[in-house]
Amino acid sequence: MAVALDARRNVMRVIIMGCGRRGAALATLLDGEGHDVTVLDVEAAAFSFLPDSFAGTEIVGNGTDEDSLRRAGIEQADAFVSTTRGDNRNVMAAQMAKHIFGVSRVITLVHDPIREEMYRSLGFRTVSPTRIIAESLKEAILADGRGEEPGEAQAGSEG
Amino acid sequence: MYIIIVGGGKIGYFLARQLLEDQHEVLIVERAADKAAQITEDLGEIVMVGDGCEASTMERAGMARADMAIALTGDDEDNLVVCQVAKHKFSVPFTIAMINNPKNQRIFKMLGINATISSTSVILAHIEQELPSHPMIPLLTLKGGGLEIVELKIPPESQVVGKPIKQILLPQKSLITLIIGPDGQVRLPTSDTVIHAGDEVVAVTMLDSEESLRSALIGAPSLRAF
Repeated sequence: MAVALDARRNVMRVIIMGCGRRGAALATLLDGEGHDVTVLDVEAAAFSFLPDSFAGTEIVGNGTDEDSLRRAGIEQADAFVSTTRGDNRNVMAAQMAKHIFGVSRVITLVHDPIREEMYRSLGFRTVSPTRIIAESLKEAILADGRGEEPGEAQAGSEG
Repeated sequence: MYIIIVGGGKIGYFLARQLLEDQHEVLIVERAADKAAQITEDLGEIVMVGDGCEASTMERAGMARADMAIALTGDDEDNLVVCQVAKHKFSVPFTIAMINNPKNQRIFKMLGINATISSTSVILAHIEQELPSHPMIPLLTLKGGGLEIVELKIPPESQVVGKPIKQILLPQKSLITLIIGPDGQVRLPTSDTVIHAGDEVVAVTMLDSEESLRSALIGAPSLRAF
């Protein structure tokens, strides 16, 4: 009971822009932990990445369009994450979420490390898949070189 | 001036041609090689093939010494990022972005793009001007959103018809810069210039004085939300 109450209190309303492999994986994780998740994608077919058990909301719309963001409930959102393949789409939507709608937690994927650095210096919480993948590949290679186990659990994390 | 244009579509091409005629140094960054080749054939070696959103492309284009960056691609998010990278990474003093979705004008202004042009808004405003509410047509936003150039058509019932400009109480920092008569004749206004019905007035104004300028020249309140 106490656990359920705690979980209830910590429920976050999260909007995820882009329901590709990454967006869907994130949505599944958050949904599994009981958060209130809305996924936004320009193509309805993308929602097939979500498991049948997904209890969140699926909305077809463009995350760089104010009206679509409103339909996704951005005015009540606690967090916004942009996860599409397009860096520019991601950072534009993130800036709209932060500056127009005042969402407190905004996180955006930026694949280009140079653009990532710039938007980080502008005060955005950015994640660069390029850098993370390069670093884990490097670690895997160096670990192999030392004759250690390749680490089966990490081998599947291809983003 | 050294002006970098990102996007070699029709607007980019004609703008570059005009700027070259005016003796400016121009570089177009265009992603599609065939489009780039076509422009090179017409205008000479002023095109670079590459993704203008990539900082490395911008570096090769000499963005750091550019006086102005103009983003004219078909995607608003690309235009936004071109201007932001030019401004924050390369300290380009003036950035202009074309906007396709007129609703994006607000976010572009908030993010410090110096000037935005939305052909959709201009066409919309032209349509609306034919309606009785007589709105203003925003032609260009300047200085990070603070100043704006607008156009208004003076209806016959306006209180300023037949009055010289010195008798019209304009809002602060607003200035009538040009008057185009119904016959197409252009007049440079002085304080004694008299306004006639059907005149198209081009004025510079503060964004937040838009409404007062409108009521000073036209009278009736705007039906538009912004």
